[in-house]
Amino acid sequence: MTFPHPTRRTVLAGGVALAATTLASPLRAQSPQVLTRSIPSTGETIPSIGLGTWITFNVGDDPVLRDECAAVMAAFFEGGGRMIDSSPMYGSSQPVIGYGLAKLGAPPAFSADKVWISSGSDGPEQIEQSRRYWGVPKFDLMQVHNLLAWQEHLKTLYAMKEAGQVRYVGITTSEGRRHDLFEEVMRKEKLDFVQFTYNIIDREVEERLLPLARDRGMAVIVNRPFQQGELTRALAGATLPDWASEISATSWAQFILKFILSHPAVTVAIPATSRVNHVRENLAAAAGPLPDDAMRNRMVAYVEAL
Amino acid sequence: MPDWWSYRLSDFLLFSPRTYWRLFELHNEALWPLQVFTLAAGVAALVLAVLRPRSNSRLIAILLAILWAFVGWSFLWQRYATINWAAAYAAPVFAVEALILLVIGGAIGRLSSDQRGFRRIAGLILIVLGLAYPLLAPLFGRPWQFSEVYGIAPDPTAIATLGFLLLARGGLPILLLAIPLLWCLASGATLWAMDEPQAWVPLAAALLGTFAAAWTVMRGETKSV
Repeated sequence: MTFPHPTRRTVLAGGVALAATTLASPLRAQSPQVLTRSIPSTGETIPSIGLGTWITFNVGDDPVLRDECAAVMAAFFEGGGRMIDSSPMYGSSQPVIGYGLAKLGAPPAFSADKVWISSGSDGPEQIEQSRRYWGVPKFDLMQVHNLLAWQEHLKTLYAMKEAGQVRYVGITTSEGRRHDLFEEVMRKEKLDFVQFTYNIIDREVEERLLPLARDRGMAVIVNRPFQQGELTRALAGATLPDWASEISATSWAQFILKFILSHPAVTVAIPATSRVNHVRENLAAAAGPLPDDAMRNRMVAYVEAL
Repeated sequence: MPDWWSYRLSDFLLFSPRTYWRLFELHNEALWPLQVFTLAAGVAALVLAVLRPRSNSRLIAILLAILWAFVGWSFLWQRYATINWAAAYAAPVFAVEALILLVIGGAIGRLSSDQRGFRRIAGLILIVLGLAYPLLAPLFGRPWQFSEVYGIAPDPTAIATLGFLLLARGGLPILLLAIPLLWCLASGATLWAMDEPQAWVPLAAALLGTFAAAWTVMRGETKSV
């Protein structure tokens, strides 16, 4: 099953009409126009570029690196970003996020975390520990990480949602793993969010998972947009095509992100970075025109030919 | 998990190279000038092992045991475990190595350095490599502050210990050799996943240590390692 992609005209028109993220704190006073997308289950809008924390925010107790992470978060919020995604699997990333949020005066983040423990009965305790690390009253989104003990954890998460302890429920996978089971869970469960890997090279999800998410009214979070940096490193020596200027892509990172965001089923992409200039570059990818179908095909052909 | 085959070594890496190397900078800063004393203790142990192998073996074993316990607690448990949960499991293993060194070498006195031939040469190479480990930082383009020092960081401690164990007479418990060997392999794999060329150093040390230990058994010089 395929979905019509927006035409160049509609995309460009949409770009003009992009909703700026609501200015709710001084950090957002300089927010540029960042593309927002609706969460299908509620209609709530959210900026389409989020912040991943895998590897980049696992800096332990290092005071210098913690401050660098806080600076990345500051630039992210200033640029109009909201969703930060983490997991108990990511080492010290959760307490480092908590440090950054406290340092920045509790900016209005969209907190997305995961439960990652083999015993379903230990799930609530882990979620509570994660919440304490973040220092938030409750999580906006709680996901079952890599489908680990998904049946037990989803029961917990539904109950938490019912009790108002979490706003959204989801599941995750990455790098193309367990897609058959993932699809089965998507068909069976009433999820608000699904998270998986999608980029200009790894496009398997275009066949089933992305259309299914749209059919089922599930928001899609895209992880590993740069293949954990491998894709941008591989493309670093190649020349960005002249026609990339038609979609205002000035770097390979923006080229890749615009490709991802132009899929109509994608809600948020969550590139991880430890550099402020990269955060700004990523956010800028969601502030201009996006490619239409013809341009997307051209982008794929160009990258595959390199 | 059904599809382990799809995982690569780098998929298990939880931190960036910069964060990893910063651990040593912070650790060195926190412990300075202890590095001078641990390194001096290593050099003294090497001199004693060469010049007076029988009379000082207990002292060398006790020194090694103290350093293993210290590295396990101060580096693995207190520092490395903040970015790598696996280090929290490695720290008690370092304590086990310290305990075995204390019992086998310190109390029973079975670490007399009386090896000859290839095993002795391999042992001396590994000890010198462990003691010279701080040189690797500038050699691989890192500032001196990022140096890994014997008795402070795990890799040089494990490599030099392998050397001292190879110098000792045969019949050592497998576990005594296995722990530093396994550490070298684990550390080499971590550095490999980070694309660090230095990965070859602990991996080569493990290879040399294994080969030298097996050498004496193969030649029938002793029935155990």
